Amino acid sequence: MSKFKKKSESSQDIPTAALPDIIFMLLFFFMVTTVLRETELKVEQRIPRAEQLVKLEKKKLVSYIYVGKPKDKALGDEPLIQTNDVFIGIDGIVQWVNTEKDQLSEVERDQITISMKVDKETKMGIIVDIQTELREANARKIMYSAPTKAEDN
Amino acid sequence: MAKSKNRGSEEVNAGSMADIAFLLLIFFLVTTQIATNKGLTLLLPPKQEEDEPIEIKQQQRNIFKIQVNSLDRLLVEDEPLDDVSQIRDMVYDFVLNFGSPSQVKKGKKGKEVSEVETYNSLPASMKSYISRSLGSSESSDGPASAIVSVKADRGSSYEIFISILDELNAAYNKIYGERVGLTDEEFRKLNRNDPREKALYDEARLGIPKAISIAEPTKSGE
Repeated sequence: MSKFKKKSESSQDIPTAALPDIIFMLLFFFMVTTVLRETELKVEQRIPRAEQLVKLEKKKLVSYIYVGKPKDKALGDEPLIQTNDVFIGIDGIVQWVNTEKDQLSEVERDQITISMKVDKETKMGIIVDIQTELREANARKIMYSAPTKAEDN
Repeated sequence: MAKSKNRGSEEVNAGSMADIAFLLLIFFLVTTQIATNKGLTLLLPPKQEEDEPIEIKQQQRNIFKIQVNSLDRLLVEDEPLDDVSQIRDMVYDFVLNFGSPSQVKKGKKGKEVSEVETYNSLPASMKSYISRSLGSSESSDGPASAIVSVKADRGSSYEIFISILDELNAAYNKIYGERVGLTDEEFRKLNRNDPREKALYDEARLGIPKAISIAEPTKSGE
């Protein structure tokens, strides 16, 4: 069937001229989605996984508390509480919540959500103490931050 | 003066552009952590006022007790339990027990429902399950009075606490989901900013509060 004979004049190469553009597109995607960590973690964070997770919608209303063993061995083995960039004691939580609340507008102040990122080896004692302080500070919405469980069960 | 040779092409060599872009891309790929704002939510009880009565006596049958000791061993309804994942079904049965549902209307203002009304609003499959295998007088009176209480020792680990909380949320999400004909996963992913999905969410939760109480811990083995 000579009618459908393949034309052999066209080149066999895949045009690669658009390759940089594609790569740039990917690059821009990752540049835009990247959030550089604003606080440096000073405590260990191996967060236990969970399944029934809920997504938080309003990111502005969330403040983070990190709890875990300090990375700096000189500070001992006991879990410490980190907020923003500093360690605080149990009695500093109320004050911290109030400064966080001050950064929100008046209407949103009661909707503040505290996200707790806690190392899995932490004992419950300190968690309960934090909760008591949060109740005291009238920040009642809390969230135990957790990554999704891997789908292997 | 040596005349520049005009043999090569005048264009800038763009062949390595892709390589440069790749390098940048790989850098961002490695450093990116897509922000995860997910977790288990919990609403703490309001601050205790001085003049308020400290404890309202609840009927023992309306409280589902989970206790954890400092060795991370569980005591569920005063029976030892090894497998955390069993809690899900136990709580599901406990909340939907409807032992003696009351006619008293409870809940937020304007949205009060009694337990009898809640029962009547359930789909037929759940009703038949309840009348077949639940309704015991030993378990909760109805979903509005059912409370799940978690009491963890100060020395127990956070990991076990999260797995318990996960199971409790799973049980409630299963109830809510089934009530409006969704799976627990679909219910969890309802977007509350969308009015239609919000209505579905509210319908599912009406009359069945998520009553998880974290009790003051015992003090031993810290």
